[in-house]
Amino acid sequence: MPFIPHTEDDIREMLAAIGVPDLDTLFDEIPAELRAGRLPPLPPALQEMDISRLMQERAARDQTGPCFIGAGAYQHHVPAAVWQLATRGEFYSAYTPYQAEASQGTLQLIYEYQSMMCGLMAMEVSNASLYDGASGLGEAMLMAVRANQKIRSGRILIADSLHPVYRQVAQTVVGNQGVTLESLPLDAASGVIDTDALPPIDDVVAVVIPQPNFFGRLEAVDRLTDWAHAAGALVIGVVNPLAMALLRPPGEWGERGADIACGDGQPLGVPLSSGGPYYGFLCCRRSMVRRMPGRIVGRTVDLDGNPGYTLTLQAREQHIRRSRATSNICTNQGLVVTASTIHMALLGAEGLRRVAARCHEQTRALVQTLCELPGVRPLHQGVCFHERALDLGQPAGPVLERLASRGVMGGYPLGQHDPAQANAVLVCATECITEADIRAYRDALADVLREAA
Amino acid sequence: MRQDRLIFEHGRPGRRAAAQAPATAVQTGELPADMLRQQPPRLPEVSELQAVRHYTRLSQKNFSIDTQFYPLGSCTMKYNPRASNSLAMLPGFLQRHPWAPDGQSQGFLACVHELQGMLRDVTGLAAFSLTPMAGAQGEFAGVAMIRAYHRARGDGERTEILVPDAAHGTNPATAVMCGFSVRELPTDADGDVDMQALREALGPKTAGIMLTNPSTLGVFERRIREMADLVHEAGGLLYYDGANLNAILGKSRPGDMGFDVIHINLHKTFSTPHGGGGPGAGAIGAGERLQGFLPIPMAAREGSRYRWLTEDDRPQSIGRLSAFMGNAGVILRAYVYARMLGAEGMVRVAEFATLNANYLMSRLRAEGFQVWFPQRRASHEFIISLKRESRELGVGAMDFAKRLLDYGYHAPTAYFPLLVPECLLIEPTETETREELDGFIDAMVAIRQEARRDPELVQGAPHGLPVRRLDEVRAARDLDLCWAPDAAGAT
Ligand SMILES: Cc1ncc(COP(=O)(O)O)c(C=O)c1O
Repeated sequence: MPFIPHTEDDIREMLAAIGVPDLDTLFDEIPAELRAGRLPPLPPALQEMDISRLMQERAARDQTGPCFIGAGAYQHHVPAAVWQLATRGEFYSAYTPYQAEASQGTLQLIYEYQSMMCGLMAMEVSNASLYDGASGLGEAMLMAVRANQKIRSGRILIADSLHPVYRQVAQTVVGNQGVTLESLPLDAASGVIDTDALPPIDDVVAVVIPQPNFFGRLEAVDRLTDWAHAAGALVIGVVNPLAMALLRPPGEWGERGADIACGDGQPLGVPLSSGGPYYGFLCCRRSMVRRMPGRIVGRTVDLDGNPGYTLTLQAREQHIRRSRATSNICTNQGLVVTASTIHMALLGAEGLRRVAARCHEQTRALVQTLCELPGVRPLHQGVCFHERALDLGQPAGPVLERLASRGVMGGYPLGQHDPAQANAVLVCATECITEADIRAYRDALADVLREAA
Repeated sequence: MRQDRLIFEHGRPGRRAAAQAPATAVQTGELPADMLRQQPPRLPEVSELQAVRHYTRLSQKNFSIDTQFYPLGSCTMKYNPRASNSLAMLPGFLQRHPWAPDGQSQGFLACVHELQGMLRDVTGLAAFSLTPMAGAQGEFAGVAMIRAYHRARGDGERTEILVPDAAHGTNPATAVMCGFSVRELPTDADGDVDMQALREALGPKTAGIMLTNPSTLGVFERRIREMADLVHEAGGLLYYDGANLNAILGKSRPGDMGFDVIHINLHKTFSTPHGGGGPGAGAIGAGERLQGFLPIPMAAREGSRYRWLTEDDRPQSIGRLSAFMGNAGVILRAYVYARMLGAEGMVRVAEFATLNANYLMSRLRAEGFQVWFPQRRASHEFIISLKRESRELGVGAMDFAKRLLDYGYHAPTAYFPLLVPECLLIEPTETETREELDGFIDAMVAIRQEARRDPELVQGAPHGLPVRRLDEVRAARDLDLCWAPDAAGAT
């Protein structure tokens, strides 16, 4: 019996100790009409060797190799030590650290994680993680609604340069709580919010500012932050955490800094893994910590006065506060945070900065090389971090399909969010991309464009 | 006790794990200076060995399934097969970009599609979506679906969700996040929902009810069909919190009980790891009435090809819950586990989880511990109350829990459900041997003897762990949530 250790003797003796004749009697409180008869045919049990063969076949069928797709998930080098340590049984198979004395490893690690995120974001407080960047943005909005006590309108203004899927997910999360999401329009030519044409705002709870934005472009975060603050709105920065090793972090935006910083932690040591598990990070001002969703670890002392770590401010959470909790979140993304913490410790500030700078340079090289091809040109002018939208001069969807069949994951088609951009593709090159990969992309694209013409 | 310094305190300026970042620092001439960070972030400056040693040592301060019996009620801490981990981390799955075209994702999509089907068959629902990233997000999806259903029928008057008083905290918190108000239902003396109170609560305001079966009290809700009929007659829908599915997997199906929408904690019943707090996966299934509202994306099969179903295919969907498709790696681990069990293996899960729980319950009762529902069968878990020990010896559930740690057992869930005084909720799971259960019983008996002889020993436990009991009041009052170099010097 897979994973069940009982021998025939065990079963007999245990049933006798309970005082029942057979296993079935243990289910005699379930009414007869609710006892499942035969289940619909499920596949037969496989031995480890057989499931291994099946999974290897399936994994081999899927995409591998250089990847020029970004749009929210990025291929980076992850040190071998990161997941070897994270999948140690003591991290991998532990529960949430409710019994603090038996969980000091996880608790100290989360405290270190919180400290690293505060450093990277230049913010005062971090929680222990939310599910992912997109749903975390929804939680950040609900937190802003609780925290901005002067403005009760429930209106949140979102820069149109935010990842469109983030907006969709946030809408699902906040949609039933009287929060309305409104648009701060984008300047189509530059791909950023035009700070010379900012509309007057009034009665807005918070403004959501991405950096870099969905198109890889850099927003004028200082002016946007000061403009939002002047109107009494809070500022929620949605950022790529790797980029913050290179670019000015949310805590330093404008005169007073952003109030909340969030985003997806995937670029910090988490493989693409078909979409997850990643994690959402969330940082804020210290004055807002009691409005925060999710777990938080604090340092304290034990009975002997020695330092130790424990979950704290639990009165915010569902297991204490129930219907009045700041969120329903319970299980978070702990193991992924474990990996990310080890990743940040190994890379350090200088390592992360080098990776970020290399991504920026590789993307510049990629864009330059691809734009040598006739008909290919950048969609927007101005600087980017490590992604850029290109106009291919013909519908991007079929081009990307043909590239994929040649083993090139060419980018993210923008037409699915905006039919006017049917010819546009968002490309990305990380530090994993070599000059040879870039040349291979250019050659494949040249062929595909020629065939189509 | 051994104190481990923080990773920051191991560092020296300029030290790095040099093999892990590009060997040369490139210029970023194109980026304007006012966009660039001036002060580098305060991150550790350590060698690779220092980091490896530090985090290895930290791991050794944890209890875990791989190192200890972990009978944490409501959490299903069973063995997490190592094969699930290594197969979910095959390079093809790890390197696949979530936006890779469907044509480059057939292997992954096949696993998702097959797991959707297996979960459907073993629970008796009509369709599954695997996108929710934990139980609570599955609950959110389900209750949002109930809301969308009533709205689609033009029924805007249903503003209440009913929740038993013994329910997990995520249930009421979820109902509120979905814009409902919560009405609590009392429990009767046998641990079932009070039917009279249910009848009185039902009415034109009822949107639905959230139930766990077996309940968080560790007993099967015997009148579930009658409850389902009452709720449906009142125009409400039934949500099944599948945290306790391990107790009935393959033995009884929530779909047959009358539930309209359910979530399953794959990180419980399907043995994916808890990872020190997550990640999980809260797969969500729906019956005929609600299936159109399931969150997207879902995997579909057309001939021999698989593809994602999105907004265009499923216009009634409540929408997306994550940027991509949820916790893919958790789903793969659950898929491997399900295939290794097969149909018979799934039924055995429930049988042996129940055998272990009833054995432990019978033996603890024989040793004189107060089982809270002695007239009931245990499901996969059960409750004992240490009210008497607390009153007579001054040693309560928390003290037993902490002292168990010294004996090398993780504590059962303490003080949940809130209804039972001084309670321990004990869930041994099917993967533990009888010897392990016997050892736990011996420890419980030994602790009670200690409590009679030397209560302070138990009240002051644990004694043999990296720290003793922590000052939680101080933690919440003098908030220290983030390391700072000067503060570290001061303490
Ligand atoms: C009964 C019950 N419901 C819901 C949940 C929430 O699940 P999750 O922690 O995965 O969000 C839990 C888990 O702790 C539970 O025990």
